[in-house]
Amino acid sequence: MARTGSNRSAFPPDWWARGAWLLLLVYLLYAASHLELTPARFAAGLEHGARFLARLFPPDFRRWELLVKGMVESLQIAIVASALGTLLSLPLALLAARNLMPVWASWPARAVMVVCRSFHPVIVAILFVKAVGFGALAGILALTVASVGFLGKLMTEAIEEISLKQVEAVRATGAPFASVVTYAVVPQVFSRFVGFASYETDANLRNSTMIGIVGAGGIGGTLFAAFQRFDFDFVCAIVLTIIALIMAGEVLTVQVKKAFKA
Amino acid sequence: MSAALEREWRRFTPAERIGRFVVYFCVVAAVVASLRTVEVIPEFLYDAPEQIGDMLRRMWPVAWQHYPEGVHAPLVDSLHIATLGTVLAVLMAVPVAFLAAKNVTPQPALNYLAKLVLVAARSVNTLIWALFFVAVFGPGSLAGTLAIAFHSIGFTGKLLGEALEESNRGTIEALEASGAPWLSVALKGYWPQVRPAFWAIVLFRWDINVRESAVLGLVGAGGVGMALDTALNLFQWDRAAMILVAILAVVVAAEVATTQLRKRII
Amino acid sequence: MSAALSVRGLVKEYVPGKPVLRGIDLDFEARGISAVIGPSGTGKSTLIRCINRLVEPTAGQVIFEGQDLVALPRGALRMARRRIGMVFQEYNLVERLSVMENLLCGRLGYVSPLKAWLRRYPERDIARAFELLDIVGLGEFAQARADSLSGGQRQRVGIARAMMQEPRLLLADEPTSSLDPKTSVEIMGLMQTLAQAHGFPVIINIHNVELARRFADRVVGMTAGRVVYDGTPERITEDHLKEIYGGEDWLE
Repeated sequence: MARTGSNRSAFPPDWWARGAWLLLLVYLLYAASHLELTPARFAAGLEHGARFLARLFPPDFRRWELLVKGMVESLQIAIVASALGTLLSLPLALLAARNLMPVWASWPARAVMVVCRSFHPVIVAILFVKAVGFGALAGILALTVASVGFLGKLMTEAIEEISLKQVEAVRATGAPFASVVTYAVVPQVFSRFVGFASYETDANLRNSTMIGIVGAGGIGGTLFAAFQRFDFDFVCAIVLTIIALIMAGEVLTVQVKKAFKA
Repeated sequence: MSAALEREWRRFTPAERIGRFVVYFCVVAAVVASLRTVEVIPEFLYDAPEQIGDMLRRMWPVAWQHYPEGVHAPLVDSLHIATLGTVLAVLMAVPVAFLAAKNVTPQPALNYLAKLVLVAARSVNTLIWALFFVAVFGPGSLAGTLAIAFHSIGFTGKLLGEALEESNRGTIEALEASGAPWLSVALKGYWPQVRPAFWAIVLFRWDINVRESAVLGLVGAGGVGMALDTALNLFQWDRAAMILVAILAVVVAAEVATTQLRKRII
Repeated sequence: MSAALSVRGLVKEYVPGKPVLRGIDLDFEARGISAVIGPSGTGKSTLIRCINRLVEPTAGQVIFEGQDLVALPRGALRMARRRIGMVFQEYNLVERLSVMENLLCGRLGYVSPLKAWLRRYPERDIARAFELLDIVGLGEFAQARADSLSGGQRQRVGIARAMMQEPRLLLADEPTSSLDPKTSVEIMGLMQTLAQAHGFPVIINIHNVELARRFADRVVGMTAGRVVYDGTPERITEDHLKEIYGGEDWLE
């Protein structure tokens, strides 16, 4: 019998992991009670919820003109914001790339991007509504800011991951900076860029459906108004349309990525 | 010799070129169409920089003193909402992800149904879910937590399902061949393989939810959004600025925390 | 000498009308190593996998311990599979788990999922696991992660895992195809030793004829979905091998 002298344990306990799980459990219980999320409240709400669900169906599409108007505006906001955001984020991302740019250029650029994405698009939308008034303009500006923040960060990371050997090689031919960018940087990041841009457009489409709740244009405003009127059949119709639109958007994104092999 | 010279270098095949052209064309067409038809009043656009500047001026000086009584408690509430909501979402997403993964559940009907549930969940924004739950459960943190949970299922379930589909088939085969019941195969075969992806997904989602939870209060679903809403409605710009700074701090802290945790866990 | 495993009229068609197995009839005794040899694509792997229904047979019977495995519903099939161990070409361990955990996965058919999750395996299972680790020469590796081991070591873990099931039959699907020649011999030897010690039949799907000759008590030669040779390794002639594999060049 080749058993070693000391008793070998089959599963040495991982005290760190156990401690972490325990901590998490304690926190969850504390937080739930602090927020007063009791099962009783939940159960009370369920009955109300059942009645509410009944009021949602069947969906009411009679005011479809209003619905279409709102959806179209949301689409416009999403498209313009994505286009603008992409255009603005590219030079910014290039500026923020620490492997290509000096510190005095990259740090401010990175700071700008961090601020842009730290606030929820809704908050940014509210601020723009206060500044430029209700309507699509506020929505476009808000989503553009968000896009610059997220797309910029993703692009900067992609640029920082490129192989500098290619950059050196093109520089060594005596090419000007623009050519260096075109022939050494762009080919390496283009397919990732397409992926990111599609992702961001998809995100903008989602966000554009709800910023209307705070007055920044699009179907969100129609939805909020319907809610406040207790017109829940119409609410259901709007939500179903939003789901359909976003599903279509996801399918399209997949096709675009395929076309560019991103 | 001439045959070799005739072969032109093309970067993309004809099919690929058509595909790329179609995409470029559609993108440009969409942007142009949208720009021409969107209802933007030009005066407001030209006015915008001045208005924004004015608003920023009113926000200064930031009302720091407002923090302890008006901001701290709701901010902590928002964090609780984000965490509880994420945990709830993960618990609900795991079974749906198992149903959606083709290799785990080889029934296309169930896959499709699960994927439909996930798509629907993530197509409805957290804010819209919040509207629903405020209508059902009344204003407050319960509505906010459920809103975060139900929206997050969509992304969490989708990413988890994709991670499951990438797991090694052979490992599972071996466990099935030894007569292990299905639950054991899931716990000992699938779970160890998706664990790193699982934690990455959870951390990623929590980070986003911290941002989301801050705005739920705008529709009455609890957290610091309510304080922000009040301040804005009363035109108390300096207080609003305080709240925004606080939110910014929490979001940045959460991002740092996630990066650190990711290094240690994965 | 009653047969431990009987295969009767086994047919498998992945694509309707193109059978990969064209009616296999084989009896396997309760002891000894049987090697199934043949060229790639001839259905060797399919045959092995049809026995424990990792691949569903299109027709035929697989009679093991008095039951036709092909006819069993899933619950009973699971029970029957507990008694059949399997070793794979790619080892098929749970890479991220420790060697000890992998070994105990062999007992998953015998413990409840909850106990398995909490790692509350019976004491005798854990003792047996340590024993087996020593037998296969991996006594120091109990806590090592499976993916930190070499190929040969991983296959030993795979064999030990199969042994944990206390099997009445051991299947091996090209167990040495991913290993170097020296390690292959060690692994074959290990399976032979264990099979002789515990008295269960071993069916190995292998494409290395030399290994088959050296370790097997019986060789089954397949070609184009049929059995064309069934006998002891000594009696295989070059003609037989030509018929099985086709062509002469590889024999040189």
